[in-house]
Amino acid sequence: MGNVTSSRKGERFLNLPSKDMMAAIAVTRFGLGARPGEIEAAKADPKGFLAAQIRREGADLPVDGGETSADRFRQMRDFQQQRKMEREQKDGQGDKTTANAQTFKDAQRDLRDKVGADFLARARLATNTDAGFRERWALFWANHFTVSATKQITSVLIGPFEREAIRPHVFDRFENLLVAASTHPAMLTYLDQAQSIGPNSRAAGAAARRSNRRAGLNENLAREILELHTVGVDAGYAQADVTEFARALTGFSIGRDAEDHPGQFLFREAAHEPGSRTVLGRHYGQAGLKQGLSVLSDLAADPRTARHVCGKIARHFVSDAPPPALTERLERRWMETGGDLAKVAQALIESPEAWDPTPAKFKTPYEYTLSTWRLIGAEPSAIERLAPILTGLGQKPFSAPSPKGWAEDAQTWAAPDALIKRMQWAQGFAAAVADRGDPNALAVEALGARLTPAVAKAVSRAETRREAFALLVMSPEFQRR
Amino acid sequence: MNAPLNRRALLGLGASLGIGVTFLGSQAFAAAEGDLARKKLVVVICRGGMDGLSVSPPVGDANYAALRGSIAFKPEDVLKLDDTFGLHPELSAVHALATKGQARIAPAIASPDRARSHFEAQDVLETGASGVYGAETGWLNRTLEALAPVRKVEGLSVGTTAPLILRGKVQAASWSPGKGVDETARLPTLLQDLYKTDPLLGPAFARGLETETMAQQAMTAMAATPAMNMAAASTPSMAGPAPMSATMANDRRNRQGGEAARKLGSTLSGFMIQPAGPQIAAISLDGFDTHAGQSGQIATRLSYLDAVLDGLHTGLGTEWKNTVVIVVTEFGRTARVNGTGGTDHGTASTGLILGGALKPGGIVGDWPGLAQNALFENRDTAPTLDMRALFKGVLAEHMGVDRALLENKVFPDSKTAQPLTGLV
Repeated sequence: MGNVTSSRKGERFLNLPSKDMMAAIAVTRFGLGARPGEIEAAKADPKGFLAAQIRREGADLPVDGGETSADRFRQMRDFQQQRKMEREQKDGQGDKTTANAQTFKDAQRDLRDKVGADFLARARLATNTDAGFRERWALFWANHFTVSATKQITSVLIGPFEREAIRPHVFDRFENLLVAASTHPAMLTYLDQAQSIGPNSRAAGAAARRSNRRAGLNENLAREILELHTVGVDAGYAQADVTEFARALTGFSIGRDAEDHPGQFLFREAAHEPGSRTVLGRHYGQAGLKQGLSVLSDLAADPRTARHVCGKIARHFVSDAPPPALTERLERRWMETGGDLAKVAQALIESPEAWDPTPAKFKTPYEYTLSTWRLIGAEPSAIERLAPILTGLGQKPFSAPSPKGWAEDAQTWAAPDALIKRMQWAQGFAAAVADRGDPNALAVEALGARLTPAVAKAVSRAETRREAFALLVMSPEFQRR
Repeated sequence: MNAPLNRRALLGLGASLGIGVTFLGSQAFAAAEGDLARKKLVVVICRGGMDGLSVSPPVGDANYAALRGSIAFKPEDVLKLDDTFGLHPELSAVHALATKGQARIAPAIASPDRARSHFEAQDVLETGASGVYGAETGWLNRTLEALAPVRKVEGLSVGTTAPLILRGKVQAASWSPGKGVDETARLPTLLQDLYKTDPLLGPAFARGLETETMAQQAMTAMAATPAMNMAAASTPSMAGPAPMSATMANDRRNRQGGEAARKLGSTLSGFMIQPAGPQIAAISLDGFDTHAGQSGQIATRLSYLDAVLDGLHTGLGTEWKNTVVIVVTEFGRTARVNGTGGTDHGTASTGLILGGALKPGGIVGDWPGLAQNALFENRDTAPTLDMRALFKGVLAEHMGVDRALLENKVFPDSKTAQPLTGLV
């Protein structure tokens, strides 16, 4: 913590560190690691350097094929039909199988390549951007509203999800972000909402008449919105709240080809559970789509949501155990502004607790490897090279292990094996890139005022440039932020 | 490195299958402890809330078929255990062990947590506490702590991240297949120097280097084991998987996944059969959160589980007689099929207890049945057995953990869960 001083009136306030230190913190803690010259550029006004990155229109969009989730959804549907046909052909006539199997394989590879291209585009944006804070803010929300490639259909929608639902809304009101994420086809497939049907709805009745199959409720999305995206697991809700919320959400689905909004959000009136609902003690008498949206609106405005999410912001940016004063500041700003995320981001920058020079956060593999690329002013060249690295370090692209998203605490990522793997990667990376430039200068570029004498000495005493580079990126200061 | 021990092939395993392995190793021990020092315990954590009614379908329960509807098994389709229970058809290795009295089911086991949140329930399972946030350390780590004065044991997790079950005062090591450390490079030594005042990186990095040395020994031991060569006969290339769902090339991938899972079990046994190898291990399997289209999904996951267990059993060879394996999940799922051919978060699930050290017998704990008034909150299999009772019983009788330490240190606040004795 910066020096704590008492004023004559006895109020305690925090002294901010020097401008040089603040510039290093702005670029390494709030951002994605220093590109050459970046810390220098932030020195004149470190807070202003960050504040200028907040903008209403949201985060930057990765430059890629530009396909929408609707495009991808349609392609996936075509692919699935093709697969079905291929299987039928296989059962029937043998001759046509080879040609069809080849088309099928091509389509499969094509879809897989698109997911890879999405991820690479995002990684390139992160290595090239001069608005590291804005990108980190976007990555925080993408992880908060995790969708993961555990399902084939979801995997092709993750890139579009971030472009369509997350990035445009990260400096918007939280309610808008929550609704955009919760109604996006990626979330609706990932958490099984698209097929959820009210047990007493018209659609359920029709399904029962058509066959003996029971069509009904799936409570996955409702539960995770409560537990992870809004009020948090300790908010005191009961199973009945989960089920009621799931009933309110019935009808939140995705349009089929012949319908309105193919491949996009579609409210299926016929699948909606009739009647009014009670969630967290509030009564919802609205009909249809408005019912689910009203619950989302109330959840967004709930003080427990502010507490839960602001705690996460503080943990993400500052410390695994952030000072309570920081969380309270963010929470206060959230409640004062009705969950205006631009204002909350501003509050984070203004909080003196966030400028504590102690680097408390341990970089995740994504943060770590990208900061290393940034340091040498380069970018990952191909997904075939990037994906194995991140997978080997424990963070397989687009594959968070659960809806909770990637863990962000040091205990998770600083495991013995993880450090060995980082060292092995750093050795290889150093061998590929280090034999040009001055390692001592690079150490200053990387850490600025955060460069400690011990690390500077180790780098200067290294036998080779490669060794110096590996030492720098494996130093405690570089691995933390 | 010869072909069966292809580290690179194993590298992608953890991430692609969602599998991580955790070892606890014992190195030095007093001669009098020799017997106990041969005992082995493996804890398999199935993450995502594994559906117990799929693991051991109670096809003989009068209410089973109606509740399960489209996902119910017919009695003739399961591997029969007794008049009530069968095993999922993918659990053939487990069934073979069961017929020899070396595998039993606990069909209504649960942690004390009732929130139906994956993340809270996994925390409770791994901390061994009576409720969420009841402890910050894992019960396997506290077992190490409790055993330390008696015989020195070490913790080792295979996988890049450290699971909570192993976190705590004892610095647990971790390892996953990789390139190995170049012994001649200066970097490890220089980094140790750079980390010497760092309370997090210093101990972790030192343990990582030690473990690499140990891994070399384990790999050598495995090379000498015929079972390993068999398991590795067709090594899937799992390194560098594309960022794509595992279901993409489902059939082929599933087969490869099964082989990789079997190899994981064998790899683990390669560590455990060393004279000074790890005595206690924990493995994680992901992917059991089956809200929709459950049948195919869980069949794949259970086939992996079966393969891991089979690989372990085969690889351990004669040491199987000294081994107990416990398979648990954070919670079970709803007894009724939901509207999308899956199940939602529930309460009790099925645990598996396996090993050559196991005494033959019937089900472990009581079966509450699936009558409507027997269901927990009219939706889930009701818990009849606290999983801490199972853990405590096995730690006491199999691993020789002192009862007082067990009650005070390893599982404090667990008086309601009396150790389940007589299993070994």
